[in-house]
Amino acid sequence: MAVDTQAPSRGFIGAAYRTCPETGLKVCSQAEALIKVNAVVAVVFLAVGGFFGLLVALTRWPAVHLLPADWFYLLLTAHGADVLLFWIIFFEVAVLYFASAIILNCRLAAPKFAWLAFVLMVVGAVLANVAVLQGESSVMFTSYVPMQAAPHFYLGLIVFAVGTLIAVFCFFGTLVIAKEEGSYEGSVPLVTFGAITAAIIAVFTIASGAIILIPTFLWSVGYISHIDPLMYKIIWWGMGHASQQINVSAQVAIWYAVAAMLLGAKPLSEKVSRMAFLMYILFLQLASAHHLLVEPGVSSEWKIFNTSYALYLAVLGSMIHGMSIPGAMEAAQRRNGFNNGVFEWLRKAPWGNPAFSGTMLSIVIFGFLGGISGVVMGTEQLNLIMHNTLYVPGHFHATVVGGTTLAFMAITYLLVPLIFRKEIMFKKIAQWQPYVFGAGIAGISLFMMGAGTLGVARRHWDMGFSDAAMSFDYPATAFLMMGLNGMAGVLAAVGGLMFVLVVVCSVFFGKARTPESIAASPTLPDTGGAATVTAYGSEAHPKLPGTVVLVSIFLVAFVLYYYVNWKYLSEVWPLS
Amino acid sequence: MAIFPPQNRLWWKEPLSGIEITWIGVAFIWGLIMFGTMVGWHFVGKQNLSNETYRVDPSAFGEKVEAMVERYQVREEGDTGVPVVHPAPGTDIYMLARLWEWWPVLELEKDQSYRLHLSSMDWQHGFSLQPQNINLQVHPGYDMVLTITPDKSGEYAVVCNEFCGIGHHTMVGKIHVIDKK
Repeated sequence: MAVDTQAPSRGFIGAAYRTCPETGLKVCSQAEALIKVNAVVAVVFLAVGGFFGLLVALTRWPAVHLLPADWFYLLLTAHGADVLLFWIIFFEVAVLYFASAIILNCRLAAPKFAWLAFVLMVVGAVLANVAVLQGESSVMFTSYVPMQAAPHFYLGLIVFAVGTLIAVFCFFGTLVIAKEEGSYEGSVPLVTFGAITAAIIAVFTIASGAIILIPTFLWSVGYISHIDPLMYKIIWWGMGHASQQINVSAQVAIWYAVAAMLLGAKPLSEKVSRMAFLMYILFLQLASAHHLLVEPGVSSEWKIFNTSYALYLAVLGSMIHGMSIPGAMEAAQRRNGFNNGVFEWLRKAPWGNPAFSGTMLSIVIFGFLGGISGVVMGTEQLNLIMHNTLYVPGHFHATVVGGTTLAFMAITYLLVPLIFRKEIMFKKIAQWQPYVFGAGIAGISLFMMGAGTLGVARRHWDMGFSDAAMSFDYPATAFLMMGLNGMAGVLAAVGGLMFVLVVVCSVFFGKARTPESIAASPTLPDTGGAATVTAYGSEAHPKLPGTVVLVSIFLVAFVLYYYVNWKYLSEVWPLS
Repeated sequence: MAIFPPQNRLWWKEPLSGIEITWIGVAFIWGLIMFGTMVGWHFVGKQNLSNETYRVDPSAFGEKVEAMVERYQVREEGDTGVPVVHPAPGTDIYMLARLWEWWPVLELEKDQSYRLHLSSMDWQHGFSLQPQNINLQVHPGYDMVLTITPDKSGEYAVVCNEFCGIGHHTMVGKIHVIDKK
């Protein structure tokens, strides 16, 4: 294909394009620029927030106990905002633009508004950080009333949310343009479908955030006298938990994308995978209840219905993806010729490619550690023995860091050559990075869950209670767990640093991709075997014994761990 | 591929593979079992929260706590002289949370039931009974009532596990459970 990769050509509506030499897709210059800036800012917040996280982990390591109490609470607040909110959402905006303009082969809608969105998001994120670092807003990421932060803390979050909403509407607008201009045929690709799921949930999330943060801002400047703490929590978590479902949708879309790009994997069934995404839209937003299971003033009926996403229907969605993605990979690998035994397809997968290894680790950590612990903790009565212990951050570090962040890191290894058109530098470091980071995060999650099972409180500066009027000693095992957690935190920080080093150096100092280097090491390998299969549906599938084994292991682990926790519960004081 | 539109435009008419159908069925049934376990525990389990809550003004709640302390105080405990109360079994007992203490200390009898009232005077706090690991959220303005039946004697700590400001980590209370005299 003779294509000039450098000179942008003009499309018929005046938008500038280049043609991608690796995929043949038209790449809208505005979309490309916006993906770049959003991704770069995201990585900046990851680096800053990750560094704060390291300091927090070192403080909770009893033998180190690094920070004084006020700095610990301050940086814990900043850590939550910077990585849970700013890193993830900046990156998600990049993913939305990629899944619309790039994958659908069309121009980005209203690029000026997309730039405005970017500016608002940066201003909001910086404002919230300034408020926290000034020391008057150490209220934790959740900022439960009646504890009050400085007004510009809430204002920063509101401005950031407005920017995000504008970006989401640019995404929706791009879908409309693609349809109108016929830039694709038939239905949108599955990855775009997943991104649409994320965007729809984002609108719900931002609406919840506006409903609660705007009055809270007005309360902080004195226009409103009282905010009910229970109402605050219900609505705040309509944002706080639902926003994690944006992450789940985006990360699952990335799992499908990486499986497709590297292995040529097709969904086993478009219908099933799309239904699973639809279940996210329909049921995931009930999860605000997960944070209200030991609260006064909400009834058991309300808790049971909402905490289980109706009848665990959103969990069903995730379990479907958890089977269909490895299934799609196995099918593709078997078509690619790795057909021996049960697991040759898995053994001979491209484990040296960080995009693939990051994705696989993301699936495993999210499913086994994050998914199972989330369902257990979200069970009405089991929450009694877990609420606000370190079990909670143990769970969500597995989902949000092991799942979402690792998936975002994985696709970054594809975005750097495809969108930034730079060679990945330090290939060896890049190759090891997902393993180091994944091992650190798995350690953090497991050790925090262990400490939480032993009762250790989250968001707590001193598990030794040295300044308390009354004493209490956690078991020695709990102190051991927190020491191990500190070490795992250091390992994760090393993995995070490796990522930032590779990405920043590659983007700013890396060699540009040339037609020769593309030919020598294509980002998207030629998965010729897969391309010959042209139909979906069961007839085209080989048997998938490996996937059957994997999901069976998952189910057994799930069932056992679930009932072990009921056993723990049955041993505490009777309550009624 | 998942990054291209489905090749079959009528993708919703494609037949499902057996493994997918089976897995969806298994996962759905497992969801129903978990849902049933939660509901069933309300009938067969001994650890369920009541749905009893009242709106209460913090000062009114404080008065009730003080009345209990006046009636049932048996001694003081700790550096700050927190009163220890030994209320009659079966009665309403109170513990309030405020920056940064649980007040007062309760002395309960093993295998007796008490109606425990929890509320906060100021911000939100987390009632974390250790080493039992029973965790409840305590709100200002809400009086949460639950019946507790301590079934093991010993000394228990109440740790605060909801962040409540710079003294959060010093907020520790006590509940003693003693064998019946």
